Amino acid sequence: MSENNIDRSLILEVEDLGIDFGGLTAVNNLSLKVYNNEIVGLIGPNGAGKTTVFNMLTKVYQPSRGTIRLCGQDTARMTTEDVNKAGIARTFQNIRLFQNLSVIDNVKAGMHNEITYSPADSIFRTRKYYAQEKQIEEKAHELLKIMGLDSLAELPAGSLPYGGQRRLEIARAMATDPKLLLLDEPAAGMNPQETEELMDMIRFVRDHFHIAILLIEHDMKLVMGICERITVINFGMMLASGTPEEIQSNPAVIKAYLGE
Amino acid sequence: MMKNFISKLFDQKLRSRTISYLLVIIAFIILQIMSSTGGLSSLLKSLLVPVCCYTVAAIGLNLNVGFSGELNLGQAGFMSVGAFTGICVSGVLASSITNPLLRLIIAIVAGALIAAAMGYIIGIPVLKLQGDYLAIVTLAFGQIIKSLITNMYLGFDENGLHMSFVENKVSLGAGGKMLLQGPMGATGTQRIATFTIGVILILCALTIVYNLIYSKSGRAIMGCRDNRIAAESIGINVANTKMLAFIISASLAGAAGALYGLNYSTLVPNKFDFNTSILILVFVVLGGLGNMTGTIISTTILMLLPELLRSLQDYRMLIYAVVLIVIMLVTNNAFLQTKAAKLRESLIKGKKGAKQS
Repeated sequence: MSENNIDRSLILEVEDLGIDFGGLTAVNNLSLKVYNNEIVGLIGPNGAGKTTVFNMLTKVYQPSRGTIRLCGQDTARMTTEDVNKAGIARTFQNIRLFQNLSVIDNVKAGMHNEITYSPADSIFRTRKYYAQEKQIEEKAHELLKIMGLDSLAELPAGSLPYGGQRRLEIARAMATDPKLLLLDEPAAGMNPQETEELMDMIRFVRDHFHIAILLIEHDMKLVMGICERITVINFGMMLASGTPEEIQSNPAVIKAYLGE
Repeated sequence: MMKNFISKLFDQKLRSRTISYLLVIIAFIILQIMSSTGGLSSLLKSLLVPVCCYTVAAIGLNLNVGFSGELNLGQAGFMSVGAFTGICVSGVLASSITNPLLRLIIAIVAGALIAAAMGYIIGIPVLKLQGDYLAIVTLAFGQIIKSLITNMYLGFDENGLHMSFVENKVSLGAGGKMLLQGPMGATGTQRIATFTIGVILILCALTIVYNLIYSKSGRAIMGCRDNRIAAESIGINVANTKMLAFIISASLAGAAGALYGLNYSTLVPNKFDFNTSILILVFVVLGGLGNMTGTIISTTILMLLPELLRSLQDYRMLIYAVVLIVIMLVTNNAFLQTKAAKLRESLIKGKKGAKQS
């Protein structure tokens, strides 16, 4: 696909998003746009409300104010499950894998809604069951290859090393065939070399599947290296938004990170 | 070709399944031979069908507790529903369907269906709860079912079924027959349950649970158990998934109950009380959560043990308790677990080495 053919339509549009926990306003007046085929970074000091934003986007928390539109569709009435069906997949800051399932079954679980056979089909092992299982088996292996986990497919997910678990979470999220992928600190706990590989993987996933990626990360090398746009939040409020160069030279951002 | 097929049966994915099936079939053949040559005492013979029933109920509960991760203390309630449904169906059909085998199968299917329907109704409120609360409500369900059947009088004549919760309200026409008589339960039931059907029911239960586990539903069920939020985040409907496991578990208990009920000429509702629910849970926990072969073995041993120890009279429940504690300690011992894992690994390696050479 040539450069000017790429679909740059608006995927995610967040307006004046806010949430209160009791009397505490965790996030307020946050606006954000993510276009297709774009990698956007969401950064900010600890406790700024980044993960809370992700939890609102995926409806783990219900926002108190504001609107979230996914491809023009308002998600106000959706549950976590609906949001995923509508096209948002995510990973978690504290890894949430299905520890006791094998690596490949974690990925297959992600294809849950792609499979149309019923429980009766699985109990009676109909032809439909075999056909679809074969299909997703291939697809799951393909995803695992991309994330460099194919040789570990049959191991329990809980036995993978830390970096592998983070990559498996991405594979599982990608298995749901999302339009927007939310990565919550994908490089946390990785060494510099693993982070380097992860950056290539994230770029590859974007280019291969033509999706938008919104990521939270503290590793500035990763953020500045792969994000095309960055939004900075502090104390739940938007501080700045722009290209990596603009952000790096923004006095307000420097102040938030380094203090006066 | 044949060799290929056999090696496939024992590869990683199918091994546990093959072992469970083989275990049941071999046990069945041995017991059949023993019973035909007169090697089985009448006491053991009388236990064959109940062991099958409890095994099926335990397999169902294992789906609920082991795979779905919900502590269900009402399995005996579902067995009770199945048992009395089966008895009533068999009683009503006694004159129209004379073939006992066909009648038994219809009764088992009816028991499973009614128990599944019960599971669905109970499941709507219950599955909104988690952990201890779910256990408490399922426990209460078991008690409610017991009280309900203890107070139910059901009879039928040519005009159909008559039900009452006050004894003298049931007036039957000529040729009418009482099916349920309150606290006395069902009496005069035709004993049409057979060991063969019991074993077939175990095989069916195994097939249903294994087929379900190795499918989309199974991944969802275990996913919801391992991490509910992650399951939601990949678009799995947690409520529906848990409901499916709950219903299948209930229907297996119902089928087991129907077979159980038709194995005795008299069955009182008190048989399926809280202790029975706990007993089934003990079978599942000692057999290993999510381990079908273990469930079958533990059910068999723990069912037979109190009867085999009958000669020890007062000491038998003491020994039963000691055995329970020993099994619990042994299966939870980290040292023995690593030893067992090593042994398993070396066995697999040995097999692979043999294949390569």
